[in-house]
Amino acid sequence: MNIYVIMKRTFDTEEKIDIKDGVVVDDGAEYIINPYDEYAIEEAIQKRDEFGGEVTVVTVGDEDAEKELRTALAMGADKAVLINSEDLDETDQYTTSVILAKYFEDKEYDLILAGNVSVDKSTGQVGPRLAELLGINCVTTITKLDIDGENVTIERDVEGDVETVETKLPVLVTAQQGLNEPRYPSLPGIMKAKKKPLEEIDLDDLDLDEEDVEAKTETIERYLPPEKQAGKILEGEIPDQVKELVELLRSEAKVI
Amino acid sequence: MAKKVLVLGEARSGELRNVTFEAIAAAKDISNGGEVVGALLGDNVTELGNELITYGADRVVVANNDKLKDYTPDGYSQAFMQVIEKENPDAIVMGHTSIGKDLSPKIAAKLEAGVISDAIAVEADGDDVVFVRPIYSGKAFEKQRLKEGTLIATIRPNNIKALEKDESRSGDVSELDVEIKDLRTIVKEIVRKTTTGVDLSEANIIVAGGRGVKSAEGFETLQELADVLGAAVGASRGACDAGYCDYSLQIGQTGKVVTPDLYIACGISGAIQHLAGMSNSKVIVAINKDPEANIFNVADYGIVGDLFEVVPLLTEEFKKIL
Repeated sequence: MNIYVIMKRTFDTEEKIDIKDGVVVDDGAEYIINPYDEYAIEEAIQKRDEFGGEVTVVTVGDEDAEKELRTALAMGADKAVLINSEDLDETDQYTTSVILAKYFEDKEYDLILAGNVSVDKSTGQVGPRLAELLGINCVTTITKLDIDGENVTIERDVEGDVETVETKLPVLVTAQQGLNEPRYPSLPGIMKAKKKPLEEIDLDDLDLDEEDVEAKTETIERYLPPEKQAGKILEGEIPDQVKELVELLRSEAKVI
Repeated sequence: MAKKVLVLGEARSGELRNVTFEAIAAAKDISNGGEVVGALLGDNVTELGNELITYGADRVVVANNDKLKDYTPDGYSQAFMQVIEKENPDAIVMGHTSIGKDLSPKIAAKLEAGVISDAIAVEADGDDVVFVRPIYSGKAFEKQRLKEGTLIATIRPNNIKALEKDESRSGDVSELDVEIKDLRTIVKEIVRKTTTGVDLSEANIIVAGGRGVKSAEGFETLQELADVLGAAVGASRGACDAGYCDYSLQIGQTGKVVTPDLYIACGISGAIQHLAGMSNSKVIVAINKDPEANIFNVADYGIVGDLFEVVPLLTEEFKKIL
């Protein structure tokens, strides 16, 4: 089975965000594989182990993404591809999906996995856009994936409810939390990852010009939320505090 | 320039969702005095059309088809594309819901259009329309606008105020025959897990528990409070990882991002990744044994104490007044 994962590197979720001159400061920030993409990578590895074949992890980004690609290889992926988009000024989900669609144009694939959102921009657009451009089936926010020949049975999270759907390969799925428990790279895995193929290509290699992938949207400002003022810690006996809290929520906060 | 804005309405259990009315309000701002057209897809939803008008739509197009009973990516995108082709709108607005999140990128790819997703505010100055959306799950915000082409926006439930319902408004509700070819993805079964029927992303009040809740049974204490308040129950990653509750209840940077009117955090320490998912709630109450817990830094009201003592008392107290 030919399995692909599209991956994005993101800030560690424990990082605080700082903004300077309208840009998110990333000096010394810890980067990780987008947590939802980790579920996608884990699922890809499990499916390869079940059905045979190969797992290729693809990312669109800059050279620094090599670190996260190596981590994916250390988890057990077979190959990695870095599509370098450093030369582009402004990118959005249109940009990324068009680049990926061009990459997949001459590839053979049965299953493509992605995270259902990234924890930075959280648009959840790239996976489904790519599926549409490739003309293949797409199921989002999946929590269970069963493949039997061409037939695919999926459980997906729909605002807390569980929906069971049936579709066929080739399919693109986006991973929701609960799909699996991503493994940590083992030491032998990390050693092996150093020798696994990591291909780097750029837009020229894909016969794409900057105009072909020009963003449809633009970001004009970034800012931090106002600092929250310290609240009121109630005092006294617990039953009195509870009575006071209910009164405050009614009369002061007016939310009850 | 006055714009034509198409709003995809969404119903659940036969009733239109609030986010649909909020989307109409956003569409009005985007339209710059133009036309707001509601669209409804389903198997028998014509009778819901008039309600869209009372909330501000100028007219409504309804596509009824047996194959639209449940949401499927193929069925909905085929039907919605036929509505779009007929109406040729300048902009399309939908809720940032399961359906909106699944459908908007498909439609965008077909139209080669840009999407501004998960918007929490629309700032319109004539033709210049700027959207505010959270990034890093609310640790920061960005303002975005469209550069070219058709605009597609999804709006986060509970953030943009719906217009006042006006029963005196009237408008045309027309049906459009849509053709739906093979569905490549079919829905076999839907298991409702949300016990109270209150969805986290749309809930006005959320009672959330963390590791301090200690067990799945502990969450029943929270559920009792939630029932009295008509609230949804949520959880921190710690509680989910410990197996006290389902991952679908997780609030945080991984998990759901929520902005209810009232968020009651019980036994939640307040890790950065949890705060990202809830700190933009309007009013936050923290109940925690540890007076040093981070959660008190974002709370409007705090009680330092054992949640198993505080929460049942709170439930009793609310019962008296609600």
